Amino acid sequence: MTALLLIEQTLNGLQLGVMLFLMAAGLTLVFGIMNMINLAHGSLYMVGAYCAALFLEWTGSFVLAALLALPATLLVGLVVEIVVLRTLYERDHLDQVLATFGLILFFNEAVHLVGGAEALYLDLPTFLKGQVEIIPGSPYPLYRLVVIAVGLAVALGLYLLVTRTRTGMLIRAGASNRAMLSALGVNVRLLFTAVFGLGAMLAGLGGVMAGPTVSVQSGMGENVLILAFVVIVIGGIGSIRGAFVAALLIGLIDTMGRAFMADIMGLVMSHAAAQTAGPTVASMLIYLLMAGVLFFRPQGLFPPRGR
Amino acid sequence: MERVATFFVLVALAAVPVLTAIFDAPFYLDLFGRVMIYAIAALSLNLVMGYGGMVSFGHAAFLGLGGYAVGILAKEGIDSGFVQWPLAVGSCALFAFLTGLVVLRTSGAYFIMITLAFAQMLFFLFTSLAEYGGDDGLTIWTRSEFSGLIDLNDGASFYYLVFVLLLLCLGISARLVDSRFGMVLRGAKANERRMRAIGFPTFRYKLAAYTISGAMCGLAGALLANQAEFVGPSVLHWSRSGEILVMVVLGGMGGVAGPVLGAAAYLLLSYFLADLTKHWAIIMGPLLILVVLYARGGLLGLLGGRRAKADSP
Repeated sequence: MTALLLIEQTLNGLQLGVMLFLMAAGLTLVFGIMNMINLAHGSLYMVGAYCAALFLEWTGSFVLAALLALPATLLVGLVVEIVVLRTLYERDHLDQVLATFGLILFFNEAVHLVGGAEALYLDLPTFLKGQVEIIPGSPYPLYRLVVIAVGLAVALGLYLLVTRTRTGMLIRAGASNRAMLSALGVNVRLLFTAVFGLGAMLAGLGGVMAGPTVSVQSGMGENVLILAFVVIVIGGIGSIRGAFVAALLIGLIDTMGRAFMADIMGLVMSHAAAQTAGPTVASMLIYLLMAGVLFFRPQGLFPPRGR
Repeated sequence: MERVATFFVLVALAAVPVLTAIFDAPFYLDLFGRVMIYAIAALSLNLVMGYGGMVSFGHAAFLGLGGYAVGILAKEGIDSGFVQWPLAVGSCALFAFLTGLVVLRTSGAYFIMITLAFAQMLFFLFTSLAEYGGDDGLTIWTRSEFSGLIDLNDGASFYYLVFVLLLLCLGISARLVDSRFGMVLRGAKANERRMRAIGFPTFRYKLAAYTISGAMCGLAGALLANQAEFVGPSVLHWSRSGEILVMVVLGGMGGVAGPVLGAAAYLLLSYFLADLTKHWAIIMGPLLILVVLYARGGLLGLLGGRRAKADSP
């Protein structure tokens, strides 16, 4: 029974991990190349989910809605980049935090105007609704497995893009020395717009995939955003590999903590005390981990080279 | 200009209770009381951010911790402000000191993130404290009692107490900033390596500043909890940290009084926008972006004088 629970929670943790990776990948790329903190990344996640919900209402097909939501989020991301963020690259982090905070206020209210004050729900199509018996006798939701598969596929694709293609080479070069890359005749601005668009789309994909498991509402991106920040800080800001490792680590630790912390603490203290303290400690666990990592390695686990 | 503006703002704030009594509009007493409480919080942030260059994205943690200190003590039947307030300020100073040991090892973007992370940690801690309200927060049935010295239930008395405390915090900030301590802090902001090279243990100075800032913000938290007669996790929400940041930057980081102007401007603006439309945030957001993009140096910068200082990268 415990082994079953363990496998189930591992899968749940993996699912949270790949979702976080989709968010963190965009954040860490944007930060790595342009040294820009983008709080509004969570808004793009929300925009993705809202677009999917609205397109679903319109087309009636989940797959079509998901496929339409991605370019829509890309478009929103590009507009945001061109209208607001572009002017902020040369500013300090404080200005970036403030302006993107303003963007969050704007987007949280804008989705109210577009999607109404009520939370929206994304219904899964029947072919994704089923359960799978991974091991005989323990059904697991098929959709969660699909999320994990898509997330891992995207991670693989991103890895190949960054390490094996010319664009990826430019991205890595931009991350280690922007000025030099620009001096070599590369249009860094254009490169960055492209990278930002990619990050926006990944965030949108995260929102679309999260849509059916949570309620689609204003402010839904913020908790994920903060977790994604924890991920990129632990992973080392600017490192895709670090983001991947840290995302899975955070996903697993958070899920496991919530599932087992009370029982683990029950080993060293009274049952009643563990039942109250367990969830409290579990919810703080990843922040403690982050503090610990930063204490010993202020640059994160995989600090990007060349800076 | 800054002095004149500050003077007028303070005189106006002092006159508020008289005006609200004449026009019988007690709501505004509450509103301006809140302005002053947030002004104290913004002052505390400005101390580390404006002068020390430490962009803390987690000051709501102190606001909440100070508030919860009052709330939890009140729930346990300890109503005396002489116990509540020092404990609120003290616990915030302790929390700032302990987290400061970790966060001050980092800088730049990492500093922003890790202060945010610690604030989130407290947010989740208080959210899961079912005994003290959990998600729903904690109603404070009686305001802090000062054994007959001052009655906080009286609107005007409470207001003037906050006013005096604001003046005190302004005075402390001004003294600190111009002292040797403040000079070292500002030096560390401009070039920390050089300050260390000439023999200043900058880490200790920054830690002291961070602790003082946390304590001051804790006082604001205790006041806020008393005014609202309520404290809940929403006080610690990360967007609250963002709002305090906005106030400081809106007012301008160059001068001591900037945060007071910023807090007044932000809260009054959001109040009047909210009166205009329930979708006020859709105006506030872009407005904020415009301020960041075009009005560098904040209100103080617009008043002239301090622009150059606030513009340092």
